[in-house]
Amino acid sequence: MIEFLHENFRYLLSGISVGGQYALIAIGYTMVYGILRLINFAHGDVFMVAGLIMVYAIAGGLPMWLSIILVIVLTVVLGVAIERVAYKPLRSSPRMSVMISAIGVSYLLQNCALYFTGGLPRSYPAIPFLSKQITIWGATTKMVTLITPILTLVLVLALVFLINHTKIGMAMRAVAKDFETSQLMGIKINSVISFTFVIGCFLAAIGSLLYFSNYTTVVPTSGAMPGLKAFVAAVFGGIGSIPGAVIGAFIIGICENIIKAFGQSWTVFSDAFTFVLLIIILLVKPTGIFGEKATDKV
Amino acid sequence: MSETILKINDLKVNYGGIEAVKGISFDVPAGQIVTLIGANGAGKSSTLRAIAGLVKPSGGSIEFEGENITGLDPTSIVTKGITLVPEGRKIFPDLTVLENLKIGAYLRKDDLTDDLNWVYDLFPRLKERSWQEGGTLSGGEQQMLAVGRALMSRPKVIMMDEPSLGLAPIIVRGIFDIIKEINKRGVTVLLIEQNANMALKTAHIGYVLETGRLTMSGSGEELLANEQVKAAYLGT
Ligand SMILES: Nc1ncnc2c1ncn2[C@@H]1O[C@H](COP(=O)(O)OP(=O)(O)OP(=O)(O)O)[C@@H](O)[C@H]1O
Ligand SMILES: [Mg+2]
Repeated sequence: MIEFLHENFRYLLSGISVGGQYALIAIGYTMVYGILRLINFAHGDVFMVAGLIMVYAIAGGLPMWLSIILVIVLTVVLGVAIERVAYKPLRSSPRMSVMISAIGVSYLLQNCALYFTGGLPRSYPAIPFLSKQITIWGATTKMVTLITPILTLVLVLALVFLINHTKIGMAMRAVAKDFETSQLMGIKINSVISFTFVIGCFLAAIGSLLYFSNYTTVVPTSGAMPGLKAFVAAVFGGIGSIPGAVIGAFIIGICENIIKAFGQSWTVFSDAFTFVLLIIILLVKPTGIFGEKATDKV
Repeated sequence: MSETILKINDLKVNYGGIEAVKGISFDVPAGQIVTLIGANGAGKSSTLRAIAGLVKPSGGSIEFEGENITGLDPTSIVTKGITLVPEGRKIFPDLTVLENLKIGAYLRKDDLTDDLNWVYDLFPRLKERSWQEGGTLSGGEQQMLAVGRALMSRPKVIMMDEPSLGLAPIIVRGIFDIIKEINKRGVTVLLIEQNANMALKTAHIGYVLETGRLTMSGSGEELLANEQVKAAYLGT
């Protein structure tokens, strides 16, 4: 048993790591859903754009620290701008319209990326500290594998504290329940919604730094697969729930890598696993492990 | 007579072409309890929602302390000192009682201790249950919480939309006592009620609203004695 574990430790390790990266993306899905009841299909593409910003910042000769700051700032600005331009004008329209708008933004971002990159894979710059080779219990990996779960947990705890123990967090919980009564309290719901996008995109930007340090190339569709997996994680955990999304993300990350330990023939099922999981959860418990009951917003 | 704090002038509210409020005018004198009574669908809630900034009036004006506040957003209205206890209480079910009270003071940056103590004095039940989630309170307790939450903004005018709805008679009496108590503290009250009897007994001034128009006005006692009001709203 211990022998088997030791042999395949690297799969577990990379599962935990990629799980953390999915978690950072999944929080953006789940928070936006919690407040707007909108599945923000563009979120995975915002994540991809964060990757490209890093590529172009370094290519433009900027120092590493400045590039990292730029990635975070521009990703946040992009996310808030998308909300303002594509979602806010549709706030009183049927939810389907906003969803179609989100799909539109998703394609727009992918096409813009296609235009700028010319469709060629861009190689992601090595962030010195994250890309360092290390060996843990016989498994050789990059520093980022170790950093990701730690950083993810720290950020999630900070976020949970923010939501449960600060004034803006209280406002977010109120707005998520009831726009109109929140307004009566004097809460500016537009600011709270923007703030939600700020957090979601900030975490996605951090996630992109970690994820692309591992995968090393960015193409216009780079956001699709991690975005989809993070989305499944959010559904699995119960969309709207932050702990649910994080736990869902780690479960998906770990399982899809553990599968690879069973041998070459299993590796091909790694992605399929996620979607089988999605179908099962939708059939068995559509509200996910931590989901609220399927009450629609009144 | 004290001066007018809130002046409604030919107020109209439209919902997609249907006129719910058809040009009503009334004054709310500072420091008084004013009630608006009327049958279901008369336009009472719409009037309060227009004052609170939740719906934009399609005509007329609203003046607060001599300033035109027509069409301002709800945040500005709260900042000026007008608050609404909405129909159906609308407390935040997954915030604790204490959080619900704190969120009522969302725009304030000063110390809340005095106001919290006052609300807890008015409603000792809320103090006992300050860590309970709002959604787990009984209907009467939720109404107390909704009123307490509104008071936390330290309003000059508190508007209440049917605070007695669905409550047992004994609790209803308690709520009306609290309304008088709040008013004694100098808060002007604009009250909407189906329970015309209690409302007119409590209020200094009453207005009767019928399908979007004001049809009668007078002191609480005058309206209580009025034959038409008796027949239509008091069932006597
Ligand atoms: N959001 C809305 N959209 C369309 N019509 C509305 C809307 N809100 C209210 N109305 C209509 O406006 C009219 C007045 O409604 P309002 O809620 O102001 O009445 P009310 O006097 O408060 O009645 P109640 O005593 O039943 O609460 C009603 O005919 C109602 O159907
Ligand atoms: Mg009403």
